[in-house]
Amino acid sequence: MTVSSKSEARPRTVAQSSAFSNWANKHRKWLFASPAMIFVGLLIVFPLVWTLYLSLTDSRGSVRAPSDFIGFGNYLTVLSDFDRFWPAVGRTAYFTVTALVVEMVVGMMIALLLWRPFRGEKWVRVAILLPLVATPVAVGMMWKLIFDPNMGFANQMLGWFGIPAQPWLSGQATALPTTIFMDIWQWTPMVVLILLAGLTSLPEETDEAARVDGANAWQRFFFVTLPLLKTTVIVAVLLRSIDALKTFDILYATKGKGGGSFHEVETLNVYAYGLSFDYNEYGLSSAVLIIFFLIIIGFMWILTRRRKGNN
Amino acid sequence: MKRRSVLQLLAVAVVVPFGVTACGGADDAKASGTVRVTLANHVWTDGIKAAIPEFEKESGLKVELTQLGEDQLSDQYNVKLNAGSDEVDVMMYRPLQEGKSFARNKYLADLTEHVSSDSGWDWKDFQKGPVTASTFENKVVGVPIITEREVLYYRKDLLEAAGLSVPKTMDELEAAAKKISEDNSDVAGFVARTNKSAAVTQFSSFLYSFGGDFMDDSGQSTIATPEAKAAYAYYGGLLHNYGPANVSTDMSWPEAMAIFTQGNAAFYTEADSLYKNAMDKEKSKIADKVGFAAFPAGPAGSKPYNIPSWGLGINSASNNQDNAWKFIQWATSKERTLEAQKAGVPGPRASVWADPAGISTYPKDLAEAIAFSAENGVGHDRPLVIAVGKAREIVGEPIVTAITGGDSAAAATTSNEAFQKFLDTDK
Repeated sequence: MTVSSKSEARPRTVAQSSAFSNWANKHRKWLFASPAMIFVGLLIVFPLVWTLYLSLTDSRGSVRAPSDFIGFGNYLTVLSDFDRFWPAVGRTAYFTVTALVVEMVVGMMIALLLWRPFRGEKWVRVAILLPLVATPVAVGMMWKLIFDPNMGFANQMLGWFGIPAQPWLSGQATALPTTIFMDIWQWTPMVVLILLAGLTSLPEETDEAARVDGANAWQRFFFVTLPLLKTTVIVAVLLRSIDALKTFDILYATKGKGGGSFHEVETLNVYAYGLSFDYNEYGLSSAVLIIFFLIIIGFMWILTRRRKGNN
Repeated sequence: MKRRSVLQLLAVAVVVPFGVTACGGADDAKASGTVRVTLANHVWTDGIKAAIPEFEKESGLKVELTQLGEDQLSDQYNVKLNAGSDEVDVMMYRPLQEGKSFARNKYLADLTEHVSSDSGWDWKDFQKGPVTASTFENKVVGVPIITEREVLYYRKDLLEAAGLSVPKTMDELEAAAKKISEDNSDVAGFVARTNKSAAVTQFSSFLYSFGGDFMDDSGQSTIATPEAKAAYAYYGGLLHNYGPANVSTDMSWPEAMAIFTQGNAAFYTEADSLYKNAMDKEKSKIADKVGFAAFPAGPAGSKPYNIPSWGLGINSASNNQDNAWKFIQWATSKERTLEAQKAGVPGPRASVWADPAGISTYPKDLAEAIAFSAENGVGHDRPLVIAVGKAREIVGEPIVTAITGGDSAAAATTSNEAFQKFLDTDK
């Protein structure tokens, strides 16, 4: 009995297994992607939908406390807030554009310098990449000490040259530029890295041909290298702009909640964080985050369209 | 081969996450003998941390300690308690900052029965102010562990060199700060917290001593009264006129204390519980030159705050509440409070203050200043509202305006409107 049942069962199992394998092989693209998709669903889509839901309620104090559905009330409140929200939008744009432009220009200059092999090249590359490996909070703390108005090294150094002490992070007008400087210090190396990768993959023939035709260095850069490098530049702009838009650690580590006593470095991220963690205004905070999300999506859409156009 | 590899990989991809989850579940189940305690970075925490092995030996329980800075602690609670997490059993919290909000959201377990069940531990021994701050709607939700009063820290050597006596009034303080800053180009006459939110607690004593308060008994804002405006102008003016060069508006106590302990300021008003920082020879250049005095008197007298700055509560979502209470009972016992107080942490127990051993390690002038402030003190150092963080930002606005030399009276009028609007919605 047993033997016969086994002999009957075996072919069925093999058949089933082979049928499943066939199915699995046929759909392997989806099967392999499914764990990642589940995680993306849980970790990205769910929080986003939850934030969207919260933004439509008057949730405050505790997320678990009962809250009422108020439609777009929070959005109206936020969009008509000219004391904190719109200045924060302005600061976010100022921070992103300034940091991005300087990082791209300086990054391109450094990448061009490192493009051709030279003695000690390895050491220079390691030194340039060092800021990248530091945690942004640690970077913020380090610069906070350096820029301390009374005991910091920056003002001591200025003193050696007879230049009066500067308020740096403590000044209302100087705080944001100082944090932009920190961002530039930390992230220009990443731009260098991307551009250098692009430069080394360029064909040398075009440059040689331009050289033979008598083009000078500027002309070769603007009319040969830069157009060929356009796609790489756009990738660098895309990556850096997303990062710069959502900068938080450096600002929080140097100026704390609210972006300083006068909100001098309060960007949209810092504002939303304060609304959640200091004010416990979860509905309002979620509305700010959804608006911020839409701004980023819009920005990326414009950039990627440009990129497609270029291609 | 190809088929098998697809299946094998799939199996790994599906099983691994579940395996990890299963391990986590097993750990949770074992946790009943472990008390998970979250504490802030504080001198009190240093003492209790060293003594935890004693508790573990006595109780047979294991303590799992998490220690965080004040802001990080607050953010952690916001995330974990909001999610109804049972990962925290005992929590160190600020009764005046988060107490009302936590209790209203039912994050804190009701300890009323626990505190009244053990006469040896003696709840009645706790001072009245701290007990009131740890009680919400007639239910005890926390046990106070640290009390604070604002006192005047000063440099004995600079006062002596200037031929001045210790200021007893606001006028004398201003005159002394002026003289010392004029006599010494590299020393500020006065330093204190300057950050809009952080400064509010220290500014409060000035406000009370000028005869003002943040709100009246009926819940109306009073930060634009003539008394309040005078207090804003005085506090900000001291820092603007005689404060450190390039005074920033970002200073909380660590930054202000650093300026004082580096020898760069003559006077500093701050909580007495931080006095060890000024007297620690390894951290302070002026450790042997520091003097302490009662808070100077304003037009309404000397009215410093006298508050419980920290307490211990139990997370209402914890499944380990009995063991959590055992920890609190031990950590707040008379013996441990005495030990903490001897190590420089002013406690909330009347019997420890009455015991000469309780103040045996304090500098004589500090002990006198504390005794004076305990008698004259006001029981709060910030607006007693639910959303304290937001309230502090609003009432702190005129402070930074005054520090930067702006029109603090106009700022007080504007903030008064904003604060009233806030009070109307803070329910």
